Amino acid sequence: MDGKTNDILRKYPKGSRDSLIPILQDIQDQDGYLSEQALVEVGRYLDLPSGKIYGLATFYNQFRFGPPGQHHVCLCHGTSCHVTGAGDVRKELEKKLRIKPGETTRDGKFSFELSACMGACHLSPLIRVNGRYHTGVKPGDVKEIMDSYIEGGEE
Amino acid sequence: METRTHIPVAKDYLKDSVLLNESVDLPSDVEKVLRFVRREKVKYPVVFVGTGSSGLISGAGETLDQVKRYLGDRDIKAEVVETGSTGYCTMEPVMEVQMPGKTRVAFRQVTGDKVPFLLDGVFNNMIPDVQVLGQHRNPSLEVWKDVPFIDELPFFSIQLRNLLRNWGRISPLSIEEYIATGGYRSYLKTIRSYTHDEVCDIVERSGLQGRGGGGFLTGKKWKVAHTVIADQRYLLCNADESDPGGFANRAMIESDPHRLIEGVMIAAYAIGTSKAFIYIRNDYNTAISRLEEAIRQARDYGLLGHDVFGSGFNIEIAVRKGPGAFVCGEETAMISSIEGKRGMPRPKPPYPAVSGLFGKPTVVNNVETLSNVPAIFENGPDWFRSIGSESARGTKVLVLSGRIVNQGIIEVPLGTVVKDIIFGAGEGIPGKKGFKAIQIGGPSGGFLTGENIDTPYDFESLEAEGVYMGSGGMVVLDEGCCIIDTVRYFMDFIQKESCGKCIPCREGTRRMLEVYENITRRPVDENGHTTLERFKGVMQLESLAEVIRDTSLCGLGQKAPNPVISSLRYFRNDYEEHIFDRKCSAGVCKELRLFRIDVDKCTGCTVCAPKCPVSAIIGTRHHPFFIVEDKCTGCGICYDVCKFSAISVI
Ligand SMILES: Cc1cc2nc3c(=O)[nH]c(=O)nc-3n(C[C@H](O)[C@H](O)[C@H](O)COP(=O)(O)O)c2cc1C
Ligand code: SF4
Repeated sequence: MDGKTNDILRKYPKGSRDSLIPILQDIQDQDGYLSEQALVEVGRYLDLPSGKIYGLATFYNQFRFGPPGQHHVCLCHGTSCHVTGAGDVRKELEKKLRIKPGETTRDGKFSFELSACMGACHLSPLIRVNGRYHTGVKPGDVKEIMDSYIEGGEE
Repeated sequence: METRTHIPVAKDYLKDSVLLNESVDLPSDVEKVLRFVRREKVKYPVVFVGTGSSGLISGAGETLDQVKRYLGDRDIKAEVVETGSTGYCTMEPVMEVQMPGKTRVAFRQVTGDKVPFLLDGVFNNMIPDVQVLGQHRNPSLEVWKDVPFIDELPFFSIQLRNLLRNWGRISPLSIEEYIATGGYRSYLKTIRSYTHDEVCDIVERSGLQGRGGGGFLTGKKWKVAHTVIADQRYLLCNADESDPGGFANRAMIESDPHRLIEGVMIAAYAIGTSKAFIYIRNDYNTAISRLEEAIRQARDYGLLGHDVFGSGFNIEIAVRKGPGAFVCGEETAMISSIEGKRGMPRPKPPYPAVSGLFGKPTVVNNVETLSNVPAIFENGPDWFRSIGSESARGTKVLVLSGRIVNQGIIEVPLGTVVKDIIFGAGEGIPGKKGFKAIQIGGPSGGFLTGENIDTPYDFESLEAEGVYMGSGGMVVLDEGCCIIDTVRYFMDFIQKESCGKCIPCREGTRRMLEVYENITRRPVDENGHTTLERFKGVMQLESLAEVIRDTSLCGLGQKAPNPVISSLRYFRNDYEEHIFDRKCSAGVCKELRLFRIDVDKCTGCTVCAPKCPVSAIIGTRHHPFFIVEDKCTGCGICYDVCKFSAISVI
């Protein structure tokens, strides 16, 4: 991993402060999350305390500090989805997966996240699992959809 | 099958005969070529599939594959084109077919499995009427019989499509097609024949106001930045658009990215900068990749870069991906974010136009604002002034969603009456439930009800009704939606997204959320001070709203109480119902529900009792059971498991 982080850092030769967020984004794109070690390396490169970088990264919704689950479940929670029942779907998902938004199940199978708006209000409520969309989801459908991933294994 | 990826015109031809031709009307031989590029005339059939985000989520990817397979299997010589969205989301995926000599005809909800049937029909000169949406108007081509014209459909007839005119028509990934519809000529005209001041003047005269919510005169903002003496200036295009229910800016980039890029370049020239950023939220993959491709094409044409077309103007556009925070839509927060810091707003003044990114004069403009600019130079400022209402010029792009028949993105002149939008383009509310309210402007906005739904949609008229226009989201609520729950939802959102700099915003919105949580939940006990707290909380809402509004630093906090104030104004009854009767007649606030077992229907099967998490159901086998009201939390599990429909909501 060391080498790979270095490759990313090398793309930003100036090492100025404004390249911090793009660097973190690149690392997350590559590793799926920001590891402690990566933060320390970035800090050394940009001459910033790693605590400061951590403080910045936690401010934004994009960054995560642990690996995402094998199936990344993303529920759209825009206004339109809310008025068509995304709140109930969310409760059902939390119950089924036993995690809250932003968490990963202990076995690493599922992670769960809310999105502010996916831009397909006419199909609300909607869930995206690893890039696949399930539309017009009702609370009663949640179990079946999630089970299909448990059985399906690798997607 | 043949997929035309290259337009049969050379780059140099387009450059010399079109881009560099300064006359208003192009010579007829050039026009003739452009008609082919625009596919007004075709030699082979062309199949178009709309692949914007909303189309892709509806299954347009599969549609596209099926079209290609169909043509390949049958060895049909035809062209397949990916276009942007038509805006008519309810009808996605949309597939259009143009046969030689005939007008272009559109089909709705074309999922992959429908493709062979529909194409079989069209290729045999027959339109299957089940899924036809309509045909485009083109006087030089033969029309299809018994097929309505698209512009006569209610969804489109009310619209005035200036910004969206290429939507669903041309490929967003083809600079040639954009140029053939008149693109980039305004830009070259501007940088070759106008001074910076003239450009600012023209935009100011047109009356274009910022579409990001503030409504500030764009030309004026540019002038300020241009007159400040500095060695470097910046232009930032705000494409962060993170409010729930808003996706118009994103869709504009997906369906017509070159229009935005042209606008950015003209604006950059006006303020005299060579460096522009487009700040777009990182989640919007489709939009980002199309934007980057469009920038690459523009560079390839020499429209971007050093000394553009020998005019001496240099311009570079960089895409910055926003790591996701609602507050980063605020201009100063966005600047901090680009500088590599936490996206926290800072006090104004100094305004960014004076001291912004890296301390240099910076103009921040919304995607829609900048996309308006090319047409102003194409048709003149007076043309722009002639559209819209007295106080607000031009058009506005809106997102229609919620409980409405036609969902999607529309463009109407400012000043259009809201009722006409909802019941005209939107065709009203599906199902039997009645109209309740319309929520405008997302978490910073407010509600319009049946009483004031005939308000014109513009900055001033809406403000008079206590509604802040925001980014253009319009969510329709019917009687099955609960206003209190909707406001609670916004408070939850705002409370999470507050950057935490100002205490009234950080703590006040949390306190407001608590109040809403309290009144949408049944009190644990009626004695103690919980009941008192409920009442006190609600009484405090108004004063709390005032404090938050007056003492917060940025628009997020200042506008956070808007949904609260607006709902208190129009829906006092709903509040009273929740507080005094502990009821939610829409049935949305689940924890307020109470269930009752119908003694005549209950068979005493005992299925429900063990499932109740709080043991509120008692009884003996084969006799009707009973729910203890004080214990019931309204979770509704018993309601779901009862096989005899013996349980009902009171
Ligand atoms: C919390 C908050 C969020 C905002 N979000 C956006 C946004 O997503 N897009 C946008 O263009 N403007 C947004 N704005 C407004 C910008 O601060 C700024 O006024 C606007 O980009 C100026 O561009 P305009 O003059 O073209 O409207 C937001 C403001 C606030 C306070
Ligand atoms: S009003 Fe809220 S979001 Fe804005 S600066 Fe203050 S705390 Fe941050």
